[in-house]
Amino acid sequence: MNAEPILRLSNITKSFGGTHVLLDISLEVAPGSVLCLLGDNGAGKSTLIKVMSGVHQPSSGTIEVNGEKVKFASPRDAQGYGISTVHQTGGTFALMTIGRSFFVGLEPTRGWGPFKRFDKQTAGAIAVQEMKALGITRVTDGNQLVGGLSGGERQSLAIGRAVFFGAKILILDEPTAALGVKEAAHVLRIITQAKARGVAVIFVTHNVRHAMTVGDRFAVLIHGAKADDFRKGERTAAQLTDLMAGGEAMAELEAELEEYAARED
Amino acid sequence: MTNDAQPAPGAGSAFKPVRPNATGPVSLSSGWSLARFARRSEAGALVGTVGMFIFFAIFGGKDFLAVGGVASWLNVASELGIVALPVGLLMIAGELDLSVGSVLAGSSVTCAIVSGYYNAPPAVGVLAGLALGALTGFINGLIVSRTRVASFVVTLATNFGLIGLTLGLSRAITGSTSVAIQPDTPDKDIFGYLIGGKFEIAVVWWVVIALVVAWLLQESKYGNWIFAIGGDLESARTTGIPVAKVKISLFVASGLGAALVGVIQTMLYNGAQVTSGQSFVFNSIIAVVVGGVLLTGGYGSPFGIMLGTLTFAIVSQGIYYTSWNSDWSSLILGLLLLAAVLMNNTFRKMALADRRRTRAGKG
Repeated sequence: MNAEPILRLSNITKSFGGTHVLLDISLEVAPGSVLCLLGDNGAGKSTLIKVMSGVHQPSSGTIEVNGEKVKFASPRDAQGYGISTVHQTGGTFALMTIGRSFFVGLEPTRGWGPFKRFDKQTAGAIAVQEMKALGITRVTDGNQLVGGLSGGERQSLAIGRAVFFGAKILILDEPTAALGVKEAAHVLRIITQAKARGVAVIFVTHNVRHAMTVGDRFAVLIHGAKADDFRKGERTAAQLTDLMAGGEAMAELEAELEEYAARED
Repeated sequence: MTNDAQPAPGAGSAFKPVRPNATGPVSLSSGWSLARFARRSEAGALVGTVGMFIFFAIFGGKDFLAVGGVASWLNVASELGIVALPVGLLMIAGELDLSVGSVLAGSSVTCAIVSGYYNAPPAVGVLAGLALGALTGFINGLIVSRTRVASFVVTLATNFGLIGLTLGLSRAITGSTSVAIQPDTPDKDIFGYLIGGKFEIAVVWWVVIALVVAWLLQESKYGNWIFAIGGDLESARTTGIPVAKVKISLFVASGLGAALVGVIQTMLYNGAQVTSGQSFVFNSIIAVVVGGVLLTGGYGSPFGIMLGTLTFAIVSQGIYYTSWNSDWSSLILGLLLLAAVLMNNTFRKMALADRRRTRAGKG
């Protein structure tokens, strides 16, 4: 846990047309640890993800990978530094086979010159094997269509792909939001496995329980600014929920409700 | 399994309850099986082709099955097929090309003017015609990928613009819209030869192009890129696929396909065919959809597109061998198209439900 951070953001500000969407955000994540990025809808989580994955360039502030200052010109550029983003839907292709989907853009080929063939058998075998390594045992055929997989299995496929292609920093954008309880638990287990393999995981969520289960460090965004930053065990779930909902607003609501209750009595 | 518990009424001791899922997982893990093929959209296309063939073999009589009859629909299929294959690739990648009609006419007129009116060597006329197709495709692709305006509108605009340009320039240069050309061998043989006096050499072109397209889509990595782009454009982009390059290349291929048919017609009929082109715009889409390609992109096969093309040709030519008026062929094609779209949708749902059904069977 005391390892040097692999990714460090310092004083990141991002504004669109004069409006600050992100204000003075500093974060760091170390290899083999999980940083949970919490915040309500519209808190700036998506913009922060886009800055970290090279979609947006910050208006000011610096990004360091392994202590070296970097600027990402494109998502491809960020990927070159080992940063991989998996979106809620898994970013997989419903009507493609598991093998084809796993290797989109990075197809293994066989043969020579213009007659290089996409080696679909190897692709399918590797995809199945990587999913198995993440605990998905029901999928045995790489020729199966991705669309036939469950939400959790699709997340595993996407995370497996990212890790297989050497992701050192894995950004997961609300991976559990659309899932049932069991499937969400499975994805949380996969996050722990990625962490055990030494991957730095940035887990973006608004689910406090999911975050508390796997997180080592936590950062809470409110209105584009960092409202809190703490280590595992330093806050309770109740404190965290209050903070995310914007503590005061919650307290006001409770006071109002008590007032109504008193009137009825 | 509810089936196991149910008695078999009136079936006697010979009846054994069938477990519908007992063979499911086995056929899923083996490479190819009839069950798996039946769930592919090409299966529907094959049923359509065979069904229409049998239908017209019955009502069209001997002449439909004679060499002349076969040649008549095979010739139509080959010209349409050369256009439909690259158009189908584009549709798998999620784009449409409505400019093929004017590209066909434009390349035909260009070829005839260069080599017929100005008497340049035929090879120069052929290259000029093909270059026109490639250029139009390049412009289509560039506009679509730069502006992200729907390709439907962009190519509709180029279709109108190019036919206007073709007719206008042809009239201005030659004083007419029909330009004659007297091609010699070998150009006549390469593009306009009639095998056995009946089969157009275009049949050979069609088969060769189909093999190339099939290899590209199913065996090369570029095919994977095409499926990915049509399946989910944003995800494809984040994987680092050069989306714009792939799309522009596909539009160029589509332009080249239409231009090749323009050249073939010019050489075959010894003159430019200005008006025949426009029918290819919708006919190619019919062939592709009847061939099992999803309108939403992301799924389809060259084999299916060939079957769809054959079905179209059998219906549109077969009608002349029956005692009915040829008007009825449009009705059949319309119904086939509708049936195909509905069936493609169903096949898609079945393909996606594969896994869940197997799981339900185990549970």
